[in-house]
Amino acid sequence: MDAPTQQEASSSAIEIGEITKMIAEKKGCGSGRAGCGSQASRNDLPAETWEKVKNHPCYSEEAHHHYARMHVAVAPACNIKCNYCNRKYDCANESRPGVVSERLTPEQAAKKVVAVASTIPQMTVLGIAGPGDPLANPEKTFKTFELVRGAAPDLKLCLSTNGLALPDHIDTITKFNVDHVTITINMIDPVIGAKIYPWIFYKHKRYTGIQAAKILTDRQLQGLEMLAARGVLCKVNSVMIPGINDRHLLEVNKAVKSRGAFLHNIMPLISSPEHGTVFGLNGQRGPTARELKALQDGCEGEMRMMRHCRQCRADAVGLLGEDRRAEFTTEEIMEMNVKYDVESRKGYQAKIEEERAAKTAAERADLTKRADNGSDLKLLVAVATKGAGLINEHFGHAKEFQVYELSSGGAKFVGHRRIDLYCQGGYAEEGCLATIIGAISDCHAVFIAKIGGRPRAELIKAGVEPVDQYAHEPIDKATIAWFEAYLDRVNSGTIQHEERGDAAIRPRALTSAA
Amino acid sequence: MPFKIIASQCTGCSACEPECPNVAIAEKGGTFVIDPKKCTECIGHFDEPQCVAVCPVDNTCVIDTSLARYQEPA
Repeated sequence: MDAPTQQEASSSAIEIGEITKMIAEKKGCGSGRAGCGSQASRNDLPAETWEKVKNHPCYSEEAHHHYARMHVAVAPACNIKCNYCNRKYDCANESRPGVVSERLTPEQAAKKVVAVASTIPQMTVLGIAGPGDPLANPEKTFKTFELVRGAAPDLKLCLSTNGLALPDHIDTITKFNVDHVTITINMIDPVIGAKIYPWIFYKHKRYTGIQAAKILTDRQLQGLEMLAARGVLCKVNSVMIPGINDRHLLEVNKAVKSRGAFLHNIMPLISSPEHGTVFGLNGQRGPTARELKALQDGCEGEMRMMRHCRQCRADAVGLLGEDRRAEFTTEEIMEMNVKYDVESRKGYQAKIEEERAAKTAAERADLTKRADNGSDLKLLVAVATKGAGLINEHFGHAKEFQVYELSSGGAKFVGHRRIDLYCQGGYAEEGCLATIIGAISDCHAVFIAKIGGRPRAELIKAGVEPVDQYAHEPIDKATIAWFEAYLDRVNSGTIQHEERGDAAIRPRALTSAA
Repeated sequence: MPFKIIASQCTGCSACEPECPNVAIAEKGGTFVIDPKKCTECIGHFDEPQCVAVCPVDNTCVIDTSLARYQEPA
């Protein structure tokens, strides 16, 4: 393989400086929203939209800490071929789109949904996201929706599609009152599309090259417009592929916004050779953390960006980043006799809302405290958390780190770094530690509840400050307190502020996944 | 000659099954098989064999050269 390696940036890849300049010219959030970015709050969304997304973990960064979703894998067939997908590969430990361990019939799926929603009362959303394309399996997809609507009427229904068949199914989508649709749109230029999609299957014919990509983009944008006109909330997913569509995604962002998409989720390409995808095998690299953030920031003035996506499996269950699908095997569920109690679910969710309201009020009070401290310094920190907005995870137990950007404006969530896949099953601690540090080496500090001597020393050596003095405290408050102390140290000359390097979003596996 | 599905290549995704105009494709133990008696290579229905056109794995739906060409039942 002569293609560029993970480390070598392709010459046509996005230039950070260029994007940063563009953002500076726009002066950040051009729209003047309070709290720009992915932190969906009441302030920066129309009331009607907020009402729809406030309990949806995939649409609201705030909600994903409180509410869970479930995907059912009823739709294995697909009608397009993407160079970043390989349908033959399945690993139980792997979390990425298109991966499932078993497929369900609509009847099995509906039963599983009822069982899971009865066990996890914070589950509010049932999504169908493949493993193929739900609209290439319209009968299975809509039969599942019909059964779930009948058995668990309080659940929100959600659909993720490549958009090729979307215009044909708008009436059915509205008939089943599907709340949210995600369309994966990676290009609006067929010349670029031809590099991502080798073929599509449309109207009983296989189309290839630019002609295929032209049909696909026309159908995607048409479907988006039709859904927006019917008031169905639409999110757009885009896979960032360095050297192919990275710059182009700025144009995609404008195009989908003007057609009514309300949220844009730019995800990094996953392309390990062991996944056996075309991109994985031809050495196409994924973006680095800095490249991804620069592009997300560059699009942010145009519209809301989603940054908390975990690129989950098509059969994931539970809170984002905490997959509980192993607890619900189909065999057990089919034998269960579950009573679905809407009232008790409502009661549980009312409690969540109470806690949320109290937390929001406390955060508001806190925000007024941290007025502009006069510094234009911005830096990233990583946080180990088990949820509830607290620094409450040990360094060695963390499966992912949440990354916050600290500035005079406060702590802003900008993404997360997964590490769980690379440190399981007795890999050498040394290699594992290096992988973890590589995943957060663009951060100035890492906040943890506890940390051992060895990793502490290694982090310091790598220039990342391990901070454990705020154990079990709220993330926002602690990181800002640390940031203010950091600024004091810089101002007093105790330390010198230095820019950090780049980081790997999904570090390559140390060995191929078992 | 009818098409056949190479079982070791088939991912069992089911994309081919609803596309077959002759209802010649069915699941068998997680993968799909074509009934050679029903397969007409889509002649008279479509320009190209539908199972070949929709299958996500290349060279999985192939002509079964060991069998005779399709003939209308007498």
